[in-house]
Amino acid sequence: MSTTNHALPPGLPAPSTEEPLSAPYWKAAREGRLLVQKCGGCGGHQWGPEWICHRCHSFDLDWAEVKPRGRIYSWETPHHPVHPALNGHGPYTIVLVELPEADNIRMIGNLVGAPGAEPRIEAEVEAVFEPNDEASPPYTLVQWRLVG
Amino acid sequence: MTERTLRGKAAIAGIGETTYYKHGQSPDAEFKLALKAVLAACADAGIDPREVDGFATYGNDRSEATRLAAALGIHELRFSNMHWGGGGGGVAAAVANAAAAVHSGMANCVIAFRSLAQGQFARYGKGAQAPMAMGEDAFLWPYGLMSPAQRFAMKITRFLTENGIRHEALRSIALASYHHAQSNPRAVMQGRPLDEAKYDASRWIIEPFHRLFDCCQENDGAAAVLVVPADRAKDLPHPPVYLLGAAQGGHHRSAAPVHNAPHYASAHFPTVARNLYEMAKCGPGDIDVLQAYENFTGGVLLGLVEHGLVKPEEANEFLVKENLLAPTGRMPLNTSGGNLAECYMHGLELVNEAVRQLRRTAINQVPDPEIAMVIGGPMVTPVSSLILGTEGTL
Repeated sequence: MSTTNHALPPGLPAPSTEEPLSAPYWKAAREGRLLVQKCGGCGGHQWGPEWICHRCHSFDLDWAEVKPRGRIYSWETPHHPVHPALNGHGPYTIVLVELPEADNIRMIGNLVGAPGAEPRIEAEVEAVFEPNDEASPPYTLVQWRLVG
Repeated sequence: MTERTLRGKAAIAGIGETTYYKHGQSPDAEFKLALKAVLAACADAGIDPREVDGFATYGNDRSEATRLAAALGIHELRFSNMHWGGGGGGVAAAVANAAAAVHSGMANCVIAFRSLAQGQFARYGKGAQAPMAMGEDAFLWPYGLMSPAQRFAMKITRFLTENGIRHEALRSIALASYHHAQSNPRAVMQGRPLDEAKYDASRWIIEPFHRLFDCCQENDGAAAVLVVPADRAKDLPHPPVYLLGAAQGGHHRSAAPVHNAPHYASAHFPTVARNLYEMAKCGPGDIDVLQAYENFTGGVLLGLVEHGLVKPEEANEFLVKENLLAPTGRMPLNTSGGNLAECYMHGLELVNEAVRQLRRTAINQVPDPEIAMVIGGPMVTPVSSLILGTEGTL
């Protein structure tokens, strides 16, 4: 896969995809599905993953597929490279995306899509699954693009 | 039932610091800097350093209490305390922990300190160089979200956007620090003034609210305060500066992972500020002089708002340079130059400055202050803040 399809250049730290607390998320992302924690006790969604439900204290946390749609809760566009892999890359946009259909849990990703797409709080976005097949082990990041 | 409080129970009897250096320019090892700051605080208090029986610090300070105790040959160590959390979120908490130790009888004479020569170890502001991101970081680092500035910037985007606050409000905070530093010989930025044009021309670190001068630098040095029971402080060389209130922590799930704090656009002071004022038995209108930790100017603004010192809807109008300057401003802020321009000593330099103001020996002295506030590092978890007062406030 060409890296030009990726939001950021190669060389950034890869996610650890086999930790017990988060492995189901990463496995589903490889398949183009968005999985988040859902409590077997109270039914609430939770993110990021934790061993216990913060609402009802159940340890019976399961995984539920959620619609990969959300809205921008906040955003930032870093210019200063914080990692050698970003040297010379230029600014990129990070979005904090709220999932209204999953108790408003939030996720981090990059805003991808049309160059110059302007991030705006409340703007509707949809997930873009970004495979890193060449990585060992391979992994898929969940990015976001503006809808409409 | 006896009231449970630290108000008036402990005092800062001595303050000390080393020369402050630009990043990487300390001729001394970090631990030697810590020793010098401790000795300076003891000398200022007129107390034999061997009488120190406790150390409290924060931010994973590398100068360990046991090594300090051995190197200084103190008679006995009775209290050693590391406050959780990175950066300067724990600066006020370290002073409070020292005060709690001397008030409870666990110790008699406790140093709260910070020592930093970060360049001798690693660099702040750079992302981790590890090839793999573990735990929560797996959901952040691969997206290029790695540095403290990046961790906090979206809180600022959200808050300023929601409230219609302009970047100029943050600029005023930076200008105040640089202004005060120009008359402070301790300040690393003395001789390097900042004006509106220079600020506006500075490069983006992160859009939309972090230009270069909104961000702290990195410095080398150490600073310390000596905390003793209130009764003892009366017999020492300087007028005692009493702890009136202290609080630390964070509101409900403020540390929720992957930016999931329910009240997100926050510096994490809503409950801390409430508890602080409750102990201090005063309110925002009673604060005569203010030191507020600048990791990033947006965090200062949020901290001011959450301590009730500025209303969001008045921020554009109120946060102009003139209002923030000693001696005549309506709310003198960071009167020694603060983290931005005196020294990024993770806020311990702010505690020292608050003490100087209440002793009335500050370089940019506010007229006759009785109550000073120190707001610790904002937007981290846990955070902490502190209210200090003169004898007249007891």
